[in-house]
Amino acid sequence: MTTPVKSHIALRRNISSFLYRRSTVYLLLLLLPPLLWFGIVYLGSLLALLVQSGYTFDDFSMTVLPVFTWKNYQNLLLAANFDIVLRTFAMATAVSLFCACLGFPIAYYMVRYAGGWQRGFFYIAVLLPMWASYIVKVYSWTVILAKGGIAYWFINQAGLGHALESLLALPFIGGNTLSTSHLGRLLVFSYVWLPFMILPIQSSIERINPNLLTASADLGARPGQTFRTILLPLAMPGVVAGSIFTFCLTFGDYIIPTLVGPSGFFIGTMVYTQQGAIGNMPMAAAFTVVPIVVIGLYLTFAKRMGAFDAL
Amino acid sequence: MRSDGKCPFWLKFVAFGGIFFLHFPIIVIAAYAFNTEESAFSFPLQGFTLKWFAAAFARQDILDAITLSLKVASITTAAAIVLGTMAAAALYRRSFFGKETITLIFILPIALPGIITGIALLSAFRMAGWDLNFWTIVAGHTTFCVVVVYNNVIARFRRTSQNLIEASMDLGADGMQTFFHIILPNIATALLAGGVLAFALSFDEIIVTTFTAGPERTLPIWLLNQLTRPRDVPITNVVALVVMMATLIPILCAYYMTRGKESIEGSGK
Repeated sequence: MTTPVKSHIALRRNISSFLYRRSTVYLLLLLLPPLLWFGIVYLGSLLALLVQSGYTFDDFSMTVLPVFTWKNYQNLLLAANFDIVLRTFAMATAVSLFCACLGFPIAYYMVRYAGGWQRGFFYIAVLLPMWASYIVKVYSWTVILAKGGIAYWFINQAGLGHALESLLALPFIGGNTLSTSHLGRLLVFSYVWLPFMILPIQSSIERINPNLLTASADLGARPGQTFRTILLPLAMPGVVAGSIFTFCLTFGDYIIPTLVGPSGFFIGTMVYTQQGAIGNMPMAAAFTVVPIVVIGLYLTFAKRMGAFDAL
Repeated sequence: MRSDGKCPFWLKFVAFGGIFFLHFPIIVIAAYAFNTEESAFSFPLQGFTLKWFAAAFARQDILDAITLSLKVASITTAAAIVLGTMAAAALYRRSFFGKETITLIFILPIALPGIITGIALLSAFRMAGWDLNFWTIVAGHTTFCVVVVYNNVIARFRRTSQNLIEASMDLGADGMQTFFHIILPNIATALLAGGVLAFALSFDEIIVTTFTAGPERTLPIWLLNQLTRPRDVPITNVVALVVMMATLIPILCAYYMTRGKESIEGSGK
């Protein structure tokens, strides 16, 4: 009775010893399933996307033909399509700047002044909204910004109704109402990605030796000078690291442009419409290559700024 | 680098104002779910009621969406835990040619915008001639959830002493025994935290799902459909609160599970 059990144990031990000695085999066995998944499902899909971006879309029969063409990429340069790219780029830049301006003081306060209970409180208070449901956060903003909603109520109570009217009348940032204006869209984008900006800045400020700031003040620098010449340059990798998120996430988003802000396509909405309503997968694929290239360039720039060490 | 100097008032104001700004929409959702009014978003709120909760949970389409989301998130989490742990176990100690590239590939699905992952998967499914169904949603979610588990587990592996594993093997335990008695207890909370985050991420995912879902509607997709043609506002508010809670509670759990884990048994040599 005991023999098969014993040999079973011996076999298991032999396998263990074998794997321990041949650790490369062990490594391969462990790595194979995840690599297969990512190699086939993910990289394979990206490749399929790239291939499709070179396919021909027949305008008359509304079908996709597997015949190679550069036409989709040429179409990207048409004025109407190029406008979409520029509009998305401008919004992504604006969102990153806005997030940096708002996120920096918060991160600075977290590192320098939040002690005791405040430390844990601030950390979790930034983390929670970051992970909270994305679609619900956006939905909540449509409720807040709606005409007759909370934002309008507070603005009218503060007697700023006319100020808002004239602000919304401005070109480029304005719109009919808060929820259909560029301003509203900028606000929602910034809200959704702000925590992604705060955390990297916080970790990069944490690594700055506080003596440097004291020394700067001792040597007679005003707070503004210390900020410009000491704090900001040293915290810059964190700012750039944060902007990777704010920029790239804005660049590829299509839910917020659909729900908040004026009409006019973003890259994300264009991709969605092209593949869904029109069925022009090749053009949609060509449009997705734009964020891939822009984000690739941006990551190269960020790496050169040392942002990856701040992540 | 805490400073004893006095904090300027404006900085304190911006910091606490910023935190308030981050939480304001969450508070709004919580408040509106109990609002008595039927059709609009007017403010101030009209009154308190629980009747929309009853109405929402009596709707078959909402229950179906919740069930589907739970199913997808559970299977995704299981797959992400298995794949993420294997990857972490393989990569935490050895360095070899191509390791950086492999790490990058794991991170890519979450670093690139969801729309790219989504449309890439869709184009691959179409080229392969597969119909979109439950499993295509799971495949999409698993792809970006692996990295969450991977990150949590690899951090724990790096802090787990290699001596423990070697001691276990020296004392005659085989691989399975070492795994169940030494490795698993050490990485258990990291696994749980990673799994919980993966679950929340999958439950809430919308962008990839819009591309990889067929006729099925997950809860976020149900919500998005409501938003593009507004009706049943009070019920939408209730569902929004439910989705919000389903993401917030796991995050809090994960935070408390991984907090203060700097000292691990055996790490002091």
